[in-house]
Amino acid sequence: MITDIEVPEPLSPLPGTNIDTDQGLLQWISSVDHKQLGIMYLLMALFYLLVGGAMALLMRIQLMVPENHFLGAIAYNQLFTMHGTTMIFFVLTPAILGFSVYLTPLMIGANEMAFPRLNAFGLWISFFGGIVLYFSYLAGGAPDTGWFNYAPLNQAQFSKTPGVDYYCIGLLLTGIGTVATAANLIVTVITLRAEGMKYKYLPVFVWMVFINSFLILAAFPSLNAALVMLLIDRQLDGHFFNVNTGGSALLWQHLFWLFGHPEVYIVILPPFGILSEVIQVYSRKPIFGYPFVVGSGIAISLLAFGVWIHHMFATGMGNTVNSFFAASSMLIGIPTGVKIFNWLGTMYGGSIRFTTSMLFATAFLVEFTIGGLSGVSFAIVPIDWQLTDTYYVVAHLHYVFLGGSLFGLFAGLFYWFPKMTGRMIDERLGKWFFWLFVLGFNLTFFVQHILGAIGMPRRVHTYPDLPGFEPLNMISSIGALLMGLSMMPFLYLMYTAFKGGKRAPDNPWDGYTLEWLATSPPQLKSFSNIPPIMSFRPLHDLNHPEIGDHKTTEDDKYGTKDDDVVSGRD
Amino acid sequence: MMTWLVVGTETIFFLALIMGFIYFAYYPGFDPKSVGLLEPVQTGAFTALLLASSLTYWRVEVNFKQGKQKPLRIWLIITLALGATFLAGQLMEYKHLFDQQLVISQGTFATGFFTLTGFHGLHVLIGLICLLVVLCLAFLGDFENSDSSLIQAVGIYWHFVDVVWIIVFALVYILPQFINLHGHVSTP
Ligand code: HEM
Ligand SMILES: [Cu+2]
Repeated sequence: MITDIEVPEPLSPLPGTNIDTDQGLLQWISSVDHKQLGIMYLLMALFYLLVGGAMALLMRIQLMVPENHFLGAIAYNQLFTMHGTTMIFFVLTPAILGFSVYLTPLMIGANEMAFPRLNAFGLWISFFGGIVLYFSYLAGGAPDTGWFNYAPLNQAQFSKTPGVDYYCIGLLLTGIGTVATAANLIVTVITLRAEGMKYKYLPVFVWMVFINSFLILAAFPSLNAALVMLLIDRQLDGHFFNVNTGGSALLWQHLFWLFGHPEVYIVILPPFGILSEVIQVYSRKPIFGYPFVVGSGIAISLLAFGVWIHHMFATGMGNTVNSFFAASSMLIGIPTGVKIFNWLGTMYGGSIRFTTSMLFATAFLVEFTIGGLSGVSFAIVPIDWQLTDTYYVVAHLHYVFLGGSLFGLFAGLFYWFPKMTGRMIDERLGKWFFWLFVLGFNLTFFVQHILGAIGMPRRVHTYPDLPGFEPLNMISSIGALLMGLSMMPFLYLMYTAFKGGKRAPDNPWDGYTLEWLATSPPQLKSFSNIPPIMSFRPLHDLNHPEIGDHKTTEDDKYGTKDDDVVSGRD
Repeated sequence: MMTWLVVGTETIFFLALIMGFIYFAYYPGFDPKSVGLLEPVQTGAFTALLLASSLTYWRVEVNFKQGKQKPLRIWLIITLALGATFLAGQLMEYKHLFDQQLVISQGTFATGFFTLTGFHGLHVLIGLICLLVVLCLAFLGDFENSDSSLIQAVGIYWHFVDVVWIIVFALVYILPQFINLHGHVSTP
């Protein structure tokens, strides 16, 4: 019979955790509990998503018709800078960290992170980073140099408001928080896995988080160094990026993209992990080719550091450099493609349940593939020269950031919502939200490929009335408004679910991983006992002992054999 | 383990700063005036002190493992003193440079120089604070029969700071002297 494995208690009770959970706001603010911190990360991301989304709507209204005077150049420049910075540093990054700190301990059968207080520190310092960034609006003007903040535009003589200084300090603070949390996650995975949880049994999501944390540790320092140098330039009259006195504007680009390219993978790897969990459970099949999913994740993280120049093809680096980086960029397509096929292979022949979560996961596959293809087209240098700094880039990056990362995060949100809150969502409303959002998203960004190809530059606050520009921009803006509109059912759905949603059982989707063993929502102490772990689907083994993974041979386990369907379940 | 990870990211941070320095100092050629103001011999002496502090800290670790409290405290104090002297030496050097009008806004060399050495100095300061904490704990008797990993963790960090300095010292103080000797940039 199945014998339970004891989960060791943390050695000493930590301040903040030995109080009952229902103590209101103060309890949340002082909490060091990884579940509460994870939820706060997600709330922070949601808040900034609404703020950043509102900014996007303002921009799209400005661009609706040619020669518009709605916002004007200065406000527009500030908006597109703040929009990009917010979305990347204060929406996607906190959201992936939120899922990571909430789920990693639960999925590996641990009761806490390795360093709970450091965990709280990471959240709060990121939060204050955001406040510092937004404070710039009150302090004389937000940064208006783009989220990449290129030199020499970022120098004191060209951007006279203190916005860029706030950008530097704000991002430094978040950067420190992110690095701290990443290190914490690594130590957690290495040291706190439950007995029997071998590396080859880690859930795919935990694998992605684990890989991702190394990526963060390696990528953020170059951003931090660049920000420090820029602060020295601006505040102490340094010369790092000041071209007039021997500095180099290209150095900024190198340091920035040496961080920036890995960053785009930092915000996509955990959604890859989310997708792997979601697709498995809703297809009632173990993930197809587990070792390949994990291996391609590792390959992506290594390759990510070898391709940053593809953001700089137009800076005149020379043909040798360009060819090398073009080739390496195309290489990234391979492990990414492997993943897509793994997911398709998992869905193939499965009995799929199209919940809201699964819909987002499926849409991810489509949109992300489009984004990946436009990415590969950029890796071809002459095409890049033609399309760089046009709306084609805007289309590409939104297909990967929104159609990829954000869709993955939504899939995760709807999947784990019952676990986090103990409430079910209204699936009907969820589907409304999904279809509105997807429709709006594609309307907005698909036409931007064409806009870019016919020559509309990005980062402009208005454009002349050239043929085709007006209708396409109009479509794009309407799509954006639709996406904005879709936030209504979303917020309403969250609100009603919180207030009076149906009580969620512990394992509503018949999930495979350990977090579904805990109560919904989990107690302060998540587990006291966990079942023995003999495969990467321990809960599946426990709930279906007759067809448990450990009973099948290795070949069957990684193949397409579909135990649930065979046994007539679901 | 945490310390290893921290040291790992810090390494990359310093790598970026060092690359920046090389980019500006080596590629366009040195400004002989600025390089001439540095005093490799004096700084070399302070470097030796910092290196010595790594050795003394090693003694701390050994004594900790053997559970010997008194030598542990003494070696800790010596380590602290050596580190502090190094930092004082750096401050003196800065003052000297400021007196000669070499400030951070002087040119690309100065910007790179002060950023690199300044950040290293900051890390020494952080190390000293950690050592101070360890010392207090040592006097409170925290290490008498404990399996604390604190001493080891601080050790990794302290040795790391040393290693970084060796590289910085070689890059900033030693190599430019040779390049100058060969008349690479000293010809106007
Ligand atoms: C097969 C994978 C990918 C390839 C080959 C690729 C390639 C490229 C290239 C060559 C550019 C430069 C375009 C230019 O400015 O001329 C670019 C831009 C960009 N990519 Fe990707 N990409 C890929 C995946 C991703 C992913 C997964 C993300 C994010 C999650 C992403 C986010 C971005 C962003 C944000 C930019 C624009 C940067 C800016 O603001 O200038 N890409 N990509
Ligand atoms: Cu890139």
